[in-house]
Amino acid sequence: MKNLTIPEEEYMLPGHTACLGCGATLAMRYTLKALGKNTIITIPACCWAVIPGVYPSRTLEVPLLYTAFEVTGAAVSGIRQALSAKGIEDVNVVGFAGDGGTADIGIQSLSGAVERGEDIFYIMYDNEAYMNTGIQRSSSTPKGAWTTTTQVGKVRDWKKEKKKNMVEIMAAHGIPYTATASIAFPEDFIKKLEKGKKIKGPKFYHVFSTCPTGWLVSPNKSVEVARLAVDSKVFPLYEVENGIYNITYMPKKEVSVKEYFSLQGRFRHLTEDEINEIQKEVDESWRILIEKEKWSKSLIKV
Amino acid sequence: MNEFPTPIATVPSTSNKTGGWRTFRPVILYDKCIRCMICWKFCPEPAIKIVSAEKYQAKNAAIAKLDAPEIDYDYCKGCGICANECPVKCIDMVFEEKLEG
Ligand SMILES: Cc1ncc(C[n+]2csc(CCOP(=O)(O)OP(=O)(O)O)c2C)c(N)n1
Ligand code: SF4
Ligand code: SF4
Repeated sequence: MKNLTIPEEEYMLPGHTACLGCGATLAMRYTLKALGKNTIITIPACCWAVIPGVYPSRTLEVPLLYTAFEVTGAAVSGIRQALSAKGIEDVNVVGFAGDGGTADIGIQSLSGAVERGEDIFYIMYDNEAYMNTGIQRSSSTPKGAWTTTTQVGKVRDWKKEKKKNMVEIMAAHGIPYTATASIAFPEDFIKKLEKGKKIKGPKFYHVFSTCPTGWLVSPNKSVEVARLAVDSKVFPLYEVENGIYNITYMPKKEVSVKEYFSLQGRFRHLTEDEINEIQKEVDESWRILIEKEKWSKSLIKV
Repeated sequence: MNEFPTPIATVPSTSNKTGGWRTFRPVILYDKCIRCMICWKFCPEPAIKIVSAEKYQAKNAAIAKLDAPEIDYDYCKGCGICANECPVKCIDMVFEEKLEG
């Protein structure tokens, strides 16, 4: 008898080259558990382009096509259209890209694919910086963080701008389904992918994926940090289905931003006042999210 | 036959034994393990296998009916997530050199 809360099947092999405790590998492992064998993945330049190992090494049990940094949205569209031209409809076409490749350089091709209504999955694994090239700031790096391009020293040049909200951008496209997910909540993530399988059109997932190397986090705390991000409401779990918001996990205990930051070296330089300011912004975003859920649900015609 | 075929990666990464990266070895204390499989769920390699219930001694009769986790040391990198996430704290992280005696 097995005591499992997620599917047993594995489509990701060990022996890959990800860092100890890498959250991005968990994001992939769960994605494939939910989507299964009938899946084609395309990956642009990012950590996941090197995780499978040097050619001819492979680490996925499904086909993987490499693409250029900025074109994941175009690549999934092309694969989808080519399959359809051959009369193949039962394959999940998945773009799997980092936050830099998605929220920054790849946003035009993603926007195009979503606007055209392509029947695809797009997974943005968010390690909150350009990690593969050495921890450079992206538009998805959170406010307050140190990166190698937002350094702290005498100038205290830590990131002053807020994180870009990709789910809102996708919702504004009128996408049929978009959701946040976290490596610390695989059951929630898999449920959202299962839901996506039943929806025709683009599906976008923003998956919080701890990077111990880039966040200066001890690898054993990788999942714990991701859980604290959700519990502190820094990264809420919710979905937007045809414009209707639904919070999929209500934090059970009070966790402060300070507690979430405390496990990570990248926030070490922040003063009490600076953390308090970020706490206020997190509280305000959470309040607005709850209001959006209430308001959008009130619009449902009965 | 094309002399230079399209490059297709065909060698499974399992030929790369990442166990050599490990500094600390996770050791499951089976007499305390409740076989919840939370360690299996969160291993990023994945390097934890599910093995038949009888293979290891169990804490009690109810738990003895459940399949058990087993760490594959060929691939475990020693990240320690399993030990950190274990709800009954029955995975010890042991410095590899100490195990050599
Ligand atoms: C057009 C182009 N510019 C720059 C690069 C170099 N490059 C490769 S991976 C990478 C960072 C990717 O960051 P992200 O998308 O966040 O994924 P991560 O590495 O964090 O997993 C960069 C800048 C590239 N391959 N192509
Ligand atoms: S740099 Fe970060 S995201 Fe990239 S492989 Fe290492 S842990 Fe994973
Ligand atoms: S220490 Fe890390 S790699 Fe090794 S079994 Fe535990 S979770 Fe897996």
